[in-house]
Amino acid sequence: MSFTPGAEFGKANQEVVAGTLLTLARENKNVLVVTSDSRGSGKLMPYAAAVPDQLIEVGIAEQNLVGVAAGLASAGKTVYAVSPASFLTARALEQIKNDVCYSDQPVKLIGISAGVSYGALGSTHHAIHDIAVLRAINNITIIVPADNLETTEAIKAAAQMSHPVYIRFGKRPMPHLHPSGSPFEVGKALKIRDGRDIAFVATGETVYPALKAAEEMEQSGYSCRVISMHTIKPLDIEAVIRAAEECRAIVTVEEHRTAGGLGEACAAILMEANMQVPFKIVGIPDEYTMTGNQLEIFAHYGLTAPGLIRTAITLLEGNTG
Amino acid sequence: MTDDEVKIKSIYYRKKLLKYIKMANAGHTGGSLSCVDILNVLYNRILNVTPETFNDPGRDRYIQSKGHSVEALYVVLADRGFFPEEELETFYGYGSDYTGHPTRKVKGIEHNTGGLGHGLAFSVGVALAGQLDHAAYRVFTLLGDGELAEGSNWESLMAAAHYHLDNLCVIVDRNALQLTGKTEEMCGLEPLAQKLEAFGQEVRMVDGHNITALTEVLGMLPFTAGKPSVVIAKTIKGKGISFMENNPKWHHGVPNDRQYEQAQQELETRLAEIKS
Repeated sequence: MSFTPGAEFGKANQEVVAGTLLTLARENKNVLVVTSDSRGSGKLMPYAAAVPDQLIEVGIAEQNLVGVAAGLASAGKTVYAVSPASFLTARALEQIKNDVCYSDQPVKLIGISAGVSYGALGSTHHAIHDIAVLRAINNITIIVPADNLETTEAIKAAAQMSHPVYIRFGKRPMPHLHPSGSPFEVGKALKIRDGRDIAFVATGETVYPALKAAEEMEQSGYSCRVISMHTIKPLDIEAVIRAAEECRAIVTVEEHRTAGGLGEACAAILMEANMQVPFKIVGIPDEYTMTGNQLEIFAHYGLTAPGLIRTAITLLEGNTG
Repeated sequence: MTDDEVKIKSIYYRKKLLKYIKMANAGHTGGSLSCVDILNVLYNRILNVTPETFNDPGRDRYIQSKGHSVEALYVVLADRGFFPEEELETFYGYGSDYTGHPTRKVKGIEHNTGGLGHGLAFSVGVALAGQLDHAAYRVFTLLGDGELAEGSNWESLMAAAHYHLDNLCVIVDRNALQLTGKTEEMCGLEPLAQKLEAFGQEVRMVDGHNITALTEVLGMLPFTAGKPSVVIAKTIKGKGISFMENNPKWHHGVPNDRQYEQAQQELETRLAEIKS
């Protein structure tokens, strides 16, 4: 049976993470999940019930969460510190910088309900700064998986990593973007469809709207490439360069501020490679974020298929004059 | 080792840490002088760790949360054979591993510290791992008193009590001074022992310069089964050098040539007293 990317929905990535962690924990007693009153949000109730000795609760105390996780990792534990991305990467940023990254403790930082997943709860709960701040910190891999397969593989890959990693994702059920069994490699982008006019370089939950935009544009005769850039750091430089060489224009798409995220990382690569290509960064601009649920916020900032089509066509038509 | 022999080590540690601070023309002089007797007792009498066992999962851990007093740690580790003392001649220098705060690049150092309010959470994690593994090792962490204004410490104290970490010993270097001045004038800590007790810790007070008393209190761990132990070590910032004692100016003051000679002379006099 042929596989159509995006045709069927799977689970929320959060649920997939919890299931994968349980599998890992059952295989290895040294796997620990540390939470900051976040086992409910993280869908970790079944995990807590199944392997209670492998869950450490620190209460609503993210600084302590990360410090404790670093200490556990130093003593040989495989530690996943699970907390809402907003608090994990802002409240505990100094612990991430010093106790995890600088001290090179291989903690797996799991940012749940990332981006604007919390929607109408407002900006205190949004994590749209996390990629920017962590990009500026040495010795951490940043992964933003799009679908269930990428998420499962990222969580499994993290267990084997001997240096720090940050994995962030949201709450909504995600469509399957890759056939099961697809190879996943940290640092290597996945091409979901190929094309020569526009390349959508997207990450996390914005890959799906990019895919929908591409499908619709194809109906009007445009040939569209969609790349899931699941690893933001280290970035797949080759995939970005190839998109610039082979496509007429590039649109980057991210559930993050336009400052310091995927788009700027791609732009820097192209500038330094002396490559000129019509280029647009779609994300959340430097302003008080519009209120509303996640999809309303996406629509407001053009992170949905119609918005991305408008951006892409403007870029392409501008290019052809 | 007799008490006198340990006391003599303290004099040499002071002489050496001043030497390397003088060479580098930088360092945290006052705080290193206030905690060096504690480190002396830990490394020469209490900790079950040597250069040979430093990678052994069962070793005792020492985590220095007040990372700025790294000079005291460096001279004690060098004396215990973790690295050749001559390497300290590069202290503070370009390309040196001997930076102004501890890092794991230096053998004997468990954790990179320097930002305050970090060492205790890390120590709680190490102690928790020990508890989960039914390991016999103990975790010691040294905090500055000014550092206790960092709220993260209190998160960690709550967790230490919650998990009954009686393999954890927190030592507070209570010299009552911080960079700007007296701790009680910055953001008062007292009544400190009662606060710590209210957070579920078993607390003991000790003279942080009395080798015998330090040995005794650190030899009684845990103070109560099922509770973390806290030692409030009453110390004097700049201890051992008359003109540095209790003067916040020496937080990171470096002696000039005349002051350096006087400091070394005072230590020589003290050495002669102990030896006689």
